[in-house]
Amino acid sequence: MATYQLQVNGQSSSVTVDDPNTPLLYVLQENFEINGARFGCGLSQCGACTVLLDGNPIRSCQTAISAADGHSVTSLEGLSALDGRSTPDGLHPIQQSFVDQQAMQCGYCTAGPILYGYAFIKGNPNASRADIEQALSGLICRCCAHTRMIDAIENYAQEAF
Amino acid sequence: MKPKNPLKLDGALPLSPKAIEALNFFEPSRRNFLKTAGVMMVGFSAAGVTATEANAQSPINPTGLIDATQVDNWLAIGADESITVFAGKHEHGQGMRTAQLQIAAEELSVAPSRITLVIGISGVTPDQFLTVGSLSTMTQFGTAGLRVALDTARDALFQLASQYLDVPVSQLAVTNGVFSVKGGDPTYTVSYGQLVQGQRFNLTVNSKAVPNDPSTWKVIGTSVPRVEVPAKAKGSFQYAQKVRVPGMLHGKVVRPPVLDAHVMTIDKTSVSGMPGNPQVVQVNDFVGVVADTEWHALNAAQALAAAVTWSAGSTLPAQTDLYTYMTAQPSADAFQVNTGDVDKVLGTAGKTITAQYLYPFQMHGALASSCAVADVRGGTGKTATVKIWSATQGVYATTRAVLSTLLGIPAPNILVTFVEGSGGYGHNGADPAAYDAALLSQAVGKPVRMQYTRRDEMTGAEHYGHATVSNETVGLDANGSIIAWDYVAFRAQRGEGAIFGTPGNGIPGYLAGFPTTKFVPTTTPANATASTATNGSNFIPPYVTSSFNGVSYGTGTIASHRVLTRVVLSPFWTAWLRSPDRLQNTWAHESVMDEVAASLQLDPVQYRTRHLADPRLINVINTVTQRANWDTRFSPKPGNARTGVVTGRGFACVLYEGGNGYCALVAEVSVDQQSGIITVTNVTAGIDTGPVVNPNGLRNQMEGQVIQGISRTLVEEVKFRNQPTGGFITSGDWSTYPVLSFGNPLPVIDTVLINNLKASPTGAGETIITIIGAAIGNAVFDATGVRMRQIPLTPPNFFAAKSAQNV
Repeated sequence: MATYQLQVNGQSSSVTVDDPNTPLLYVLQENFEINGARFGCGLSQCGACTVLLDGNPIRSCQTAISAADGHSVTSLEGLSALDGRSTPDGLHPIQQSFVDQQAMQCGYCTAGPILYGYAFIKGNPNASRADIEQALSGLICRCCAHTRMIDAIENYAQEAF
Repeated sequence: MKPKNPLKLDGALPLSPKAIEALNFFEPSRRNFLKTAGVMMVGFSAAGVTATEANAQSPINPTGLIDATQVDNWLAIGADESITVFAGKHEHGQGMRTAQLQIAAEELSVAPSRITLVIGISGVTPDQFLTVGSLSTMTQFGTAGLRVALDTARDALFQLASQYLDVPVSQLAVTNGVFSVKGGDPTYTVSYGQLVQGQRFNLTVNSKAVPNDPSTWKVIGTSVPRVEVPAKAKGSFQYAQKVRVPGMLHGKVVRPPVLDAHVMTIDKTSVSGMPGNPQVVQVNDFVGVVADTEWHALNAAQALAAAVTWSAGSTLPAQTDLYTYMTAQPSADAFQVNTGDVDKVLGTAGKTITAQYLYPFQMHGALASSCAVADVRGGTGKTATVKIWSATQGVYATTRAVLSTLLGIPAPNILVTFVEGSGGYGHNGADPAAYDAALLSQAVGKPVRMQYTRRDEMTGAEHYGHATVSNETVGLDANGSIIAWDYVAFRAQRGEGAIFGTPGNGIPGYLAGFPTTKFVPTTTPANATASTATNGSNFIPPYVTSSFNGVSYGTGTIASHRVLTRVVLSPFWTAWLRSPDRLQNTWAHESVMDEVAASLQLDPVQYRTRHLADPRLINVINTVTQRANWDTRFSPKPGNARTGVVTGRGFACVLYEGGNGYCALVAEVSVDQQSGIITVTNVTAGIDTGPVVNPNGLRNQMEGQVIQGISRTLVEEVKFRNQPTGGFITSGDWSTYPVLSFGNPLPVIDTVLINNLKASPTGAGETIITIIGAAIGNAVFDATGVRMRQIPLTPPNFFAAKSAQNV
C-alpha cells in the first residue's frame, strides 16, 4: 500500500493504492469518479483517456499512479477551471467550440482532440490547419468527425488569441 | 370552466417510488421529473410481489410488455405541464435522441426543451425492435412509430380543448402547449397540463392520424443542436463505460487462444491470494474472473489465462486463400431475383464482361472497449432478478430476451437500461459485453462491471462484417447497352449475433454452452420472392428492373437479371456492420458498371443514367455531378502518365436498401504510382432521403461516413493465421487493425442535401458509406488505368492489380 498526493481538477487529494503500477485512468475512474477520461484501448493507441498532467496531455491508461504522485491532473471536467476561462454554459472556450461545431458523434474520443488541441494552441496560437492536424496525429475518432474537430480547434484558436 | 373530458381518464395510480427510481436512473438532470410531474400512467401494484422482484420488474407493467398501440406508452403529460415521451430508438452518436425530440416537439407544438425523452428501458419504452439499419427516422415517421402516436394524442388534446373552451376544433390555435381561440381573447386559454391533469389517455394509436404538414414545420428541418453534446464536451457525460453501481465488482473474460478451443483444465487456485479477492467463473468454455477493482481483475485475468489449458481449435485457411476457400464451401443459396432468361439473353450478347470483386472481414472497431454493468440477484429461475446497463441496440430483442434464455430468468424480471456507449456502427461488442457481465454477476451474486480489453473486444467479442466474393457478369448488345445482368454473391456468416432466445448465436452464449443455429447448406436455391426483389440488402444492381411476378421493384431498366446469394459458413463470428451486405454488393455493382462504361469508352455517369428509370436517383446523380463539376468523359483520364503522382475522379450511386435513401458521390483521388499510396482529396456527397429532419446532423452523418468509408476502403482488413494448435485472429489492437486516424490526409468534403418534402422520410445512417468505396476504386482506375477489385485498396493490392493488368 502506498499513498499518493495529487491534485485532481484543482482539488488536492490523497489516494491509497496497493500497486504503484495501477494506471492513473483506473484511479480516476474508480476513486475519483471522473467521466471525462475514458478507457478506449488501454494501450496508448487512441487517446480517449487523455488528461493533462501539469498542463501537458498524457495518456492516463499507460501512466502509472506512482508517476502522477505530486502532480496536477486535469480531465475534461476541470479544463475550464484550470485555465480560468468559462463560457456561460460552464465550458472552456475550446469545449464550447466543439459544441458550436457539433464536432462529434458519439463523443467518446473527445478528451484527446480537445486536450491535445488546447495544449497545442496554447503554445502555438497562430498554428495553421495543417499544424493542428499534425498535433492530433495518432488520435482516433472512429465516428470520423475529424474535419469538424479540426474546424473547432481552428475556430477556437482564432477567437481565443 | 370545468373541462368536458371525452377521454376515459380513470384516475390511475401514480408510479411506485421504485419505478420512478428506475426511470430516473440515467436522467440525472431530470432526476425528479416524474416525482414532481405527478404523472399517473398506469397502475403498478406491488401487492404479492417481493421487494427484489419489484425492483427489477417493469415500472409500468409487471408483464414487461409495452403495447406500442397505446398512446399512454408513448406520452405522459403531467399536471405541472411536463411532457414525457417514451421511444424505442437509441442514441449511438448519430443524433437520434435529438431527432426524436424534434419529431415530438413538432407534432405536439411545443419547444423541444419542454420534452423529457426516455429511450431504451425495457418494460418502460415501446418495443421498437433494434436501433439499426438506418431505419430509425423512417420508423418514427411511419405508421407504427412515434409520430402517429403523438398525432393521436394531439388530436385528442384538440378535442379536449374544443370542449373546454367551447369552440370548434377549427377555431383553435395551439402555441407551446397552450390552446387559445383564433382571433379571440388571448387570455382565454387552456394548457395541455390543465386538460390532461396527469391522467392517461386510454387511446389506441391511430395509424392514420394526419401528421402536421411539412409547410407548417418549425422544428423538423432545423439544425437543433444535439442535446447531449455539451455534456460530452464537458466530460461529465455518463457513458455505459461510466456506470457505477454501489458494491460493484469488476470482471474480465478469458477467451480461448485459438478459434473453437474448449477448456481442458482450469486451475482456479491460480488467482488465490492475488489482491482484490478474485473469484474465477467458469460456465463450460466461458471463463472469467471478478475482483474488487479493474486493475485487480485485469491482473487476475492474466494469471488465470496462463492457468487454463485448452483443446486444439479449428484451422483457418491461409489469409491469401480466404476467397478461394469461401467459394469452395457448401452454401445456402437463394435467388433474390430471377427473370429466368438470363442464360438465354447472355447467349445473344455481343459482348460479355465478367469480374470478381473481393471484400474482407472488417470490424466495427468501437473506440471504447465495450462495457456493461449487470446485477443478477438470486441465481437463476423465476425468483431471480436482473438489472443491466448496456449500450445495446435493443433492450428487448438483443438484451432482455437473450438474457432470459442465457440466465434462465423470466424476461419480466430483467430490467434493461440503455446507456450510450461509443459509436456502434452495428452489432459491435455492446451486447456481448452485457452477456459476459451477466454471466459473471450471476455466478458471484453481486453487481459486476465488465469492460473488455482491446484485444478481447477485437478478437473475442466482435462479430465481423461479412467477407464477400462478388461475381459479376454483364451482357451487352451491339449498341453497348446492357441487356442482361447476372450476379452471384458469396458471403461468409457465423452466428449473426444473439437475438431473442438464441444466446448461442453470439460468442458469450456459445462459450457458455448454448447451440448456434445450425448452418444448413441447400441443394437447390430458394426462389426469389416479392420481398427479396425489394432489395433490402442491395444484392440487386441499381440498373435492373428487379422484377417479380411482373412487378418492378428496382431503379433500373435492364429486363433480364438474376441474383443468386450463397451463404457459406464463416470461420469467424459475424453480424451486421454498418451497411451490411449493402456496402459489399454496391462496391461490386458500382465498380463493374464503371468497368463496362470504360470498356465502351463512355462517360460512367451518362452510361449509368442510360440504364436508370427512377427519377429521384437520376436527380440526385445530376445534382451531385453538377456540384462536383463532373468532367464528362470516359476513363481512364487521358494524358495521365503511368508513373508519378496522378489524379482522377470516380462516381457511384445507389438507392440504399431498395427504398431507404437515394445517394450519389464523386470522389477525387491522387495516386502515387511509385508508392502505391492512394489519397482521397475531395468528396462531393449528396442524398435525397426525403424531408431533412436536422440538416447539420445529417451533414455530420455524411461527413463521418465519408471518412469512415475511406478508412474501410483503403486500410481495414481483419488479419488471421494459424499456429499448431489452431487458427487465431491477429488483428487485436489499433496497430494490427489500423484505421484512418488523425494525421492521415483528410479530403475536402462537400455535402449536398436534397430536402424533398414531398417524399416520406428515410434513413441516412448508412447511405453514403455504401457508395464511397466504389467511387474511390473508380477514381483510382480513372487516374491510373488500374482496376482494383479487392478491398482494402492498399499499395500491395495496387501493385498486384497493376502487374496482373499489365498497366
